[in-house]
Amino acid sequence: MKADHPQAVNEAPIDFSAHTMAEINRVIGLFPEGKQKSAILSILHLVQDEFGWVSVGAMNRVAQILDIQPIEVYEVATFYTMFHLDPVGKNVLEVCRTGPCQLVGSDDLISYIEEKLDIKVGETTKDGMFTLKTVECLGACGYGPMLMCKYQFYERLNKEKVNEMLDAMREASKS
Amino acid sequence: MSRKLLIEHAEVPGIASFETYRKHGGYASVEKALKTMSPDEVVEEVKKSGLRGRGGAGFPTGMKWSFLAKPEGVERHLVCNADESEPGTFKDRYLMEKLPHLLIEGMITSSYALGARRSYIYIRGEFMYVLRILEKAIAEAYANGMLGKNILGSGYDLDLVVTPGGGAYICGEETALLESLEGKRGNPRMKPPFPAVKGLWGNPTVVNNVESIAAVVPIVNEGGDAYAQIGIERSTGTKLISASGNLVRPGVYEIELGLSVEEFIYGDNYCRGIANGKKLKACIPGGSSVPILPHYLVTKTAAGTDRLMTYESLADGGFTSGSMLGSGGFIVFDEDQCIVRNTWNFARFYAHESCGQCSPCREGTGWMEKVLYRLEHGMGTLEDISLLEEINKKIEGNTICPLGDAAAWPVAAAIRHFRDEFEWHVKSPQEAQTRNYGLIQAPLEA
Repeated sequence: MKADHPQAVNEAPIDFSAHTMAEINRVIGLFPEGKQKSAILSILHLVQDEFGWVSVGAMNRVAQILDIQPIEVYEVATFYTMFHLDPVGKNVLEVCRTGPCQLVGSDDLISYIEEKLDIKVGETTKDGMFTLKTVECLGACGYGPMLMCKYQFYERLNKEKVNEMLDAMREASKS
Repeated sequence: MSRKLLIEHAEVPGIASFETYRKHGGYASVEKALKTMSPDEVVEEVKKSGLRGRGGAGFPTGMKWSFLAKPEGVERHLVCNADESEPGTFKDRYLMEKLPHLLIEGMITSSYALGARRSYIYIRGEFMYVLRILEKAIAEAYANGMLGKNILGSGYDLDLVVTPGGGAYICGEETALLESLEGKRGNPRMKPPFPAVKGLWGNPTVVNNVESIAAVVPIVNEGGDAYAQIGIERSTGTKLISASGNLVRPGVYEIELGLSVEEFIYGDNYCRGIANGKKLKACIPGGSSVPILPHYLVTKTAAGTDRLMTYESLADGGFTSGSMLGSGGFIVFDEDQCIVRNTWNFARFYAHESCGQCSPCREGTGWMEKVLYRLEHGMGTLEDISLLEEINKKIEGNTICPLGDAAAWPVAAAIRHFRDEFEWHVKSPQEAQTRNYGLIQAPLEA
């Protein structure tokens, strides 16, 4: 169920791990009394860290925690592009496609990853290991072409580096 | 080589730690300001320095500070804009990653000047690893008495928090940033009221770019007059330039304003020329929102004088033959690049990043992207080129925030300087799919 579905509010809130809850309480505590809503983006990042994506059930739980209406969470989660509102693979490869990276070969990088993983942009590999996305400028323009995965930047990429990176990610995501 | 006021120690091992940073003279501006200067005296030094906002707009920082409303009993805030997302710009990330304490020091000294006791660094969510570096540095600053209660026995209290965005270019616009910091969608606010009167949570707020806040450190240490000695005319001090595109040595450079563009592109201390022995085709000198310059207007102005890295010289010729220093996002194109493809690419960026609040921007950016897609993919007509110009005029000046202008200007400039290349895409669509247009000729009068 998507956040734009009229029945979204009825979806049962899901529970977060003790670690996530402790972090959520920490980031809420960074803001003055009554301004806890300011922590919402931090919280959505924490939720995505735990589950890999942000479900409606998770957003309903965030609304309870912050004591705000669910719609206030949905409208934020749908505005910011970093939050995955559908399930994704274990490793989400977000390739920068904007001008400066394009000048140094991001089009070729995207094609190469598509070919290598046998998926198109927006798709996930059958084994659930990788999702390929394109994103707008990540602020690494002098070090392109590049991509981000799990908040880590992989820069000045070429075919060899991509191969090594994918192997290392497969290895790390086993189990 | 230029003097470095900001990143001189960036590559010193361990400089991200409090101890090493302190050994290299760090936090001297906090000691000087809190122990020997009044807040107003700090503001005065910043005014004297001539520092202009390093985020892109170039508005004098001291003047911005002096607009801050100071009603009795109302809290004030300093918010650092670390939402670096203007394509071509990556200097703030470098500064924060290498020298987190420089930003924190600047935040303390600047917050003191403004009378802010709760200050925030809003950093783009994609820089989460930089946020972790800043969090660690902030904890060290608290542990060493530079943050918290009664800093250095001065009686001044300051809390500093770093918090992430979630992926939205528009949050680099200061009122959108404040909305986001309040936990909402990043829709820019109508001005007035300006943030200096009603900003974060309705309190008077100053929003400054990372580099502007960092520059306060050398300004306080050496004095505003000394800072103003560097540079030319109203472009004082040093500036971080993010160099990207087809260069031998792209990267972040700190330059004294006034350096020639020629020296910056080709000099041994800087970018060392165009990569792979190719020729320069074009340059966007200040981030993707500023007008593109064709090769013959990059190192020289239309009048034939040397083009310098200053606010004034890069703007020489206005939008007819000049551009802007902007954020210092210096994007260089070699002779093999396609201007139509690049213009389409940036139009797609702005269409993607429009917040959707104002119709001219929401509809116009998407429309321009579609038309440019047609032109780039051999389906365009000559009327499409004039259509782009029409759409442009309808966006420009008709939106709440400058994103509309930022989307319109680059398209207008690309057509102005590279019309032949656009027309070639229409007249020889098949050929345009197989090869690039190459260099354009400078007009004889130029």
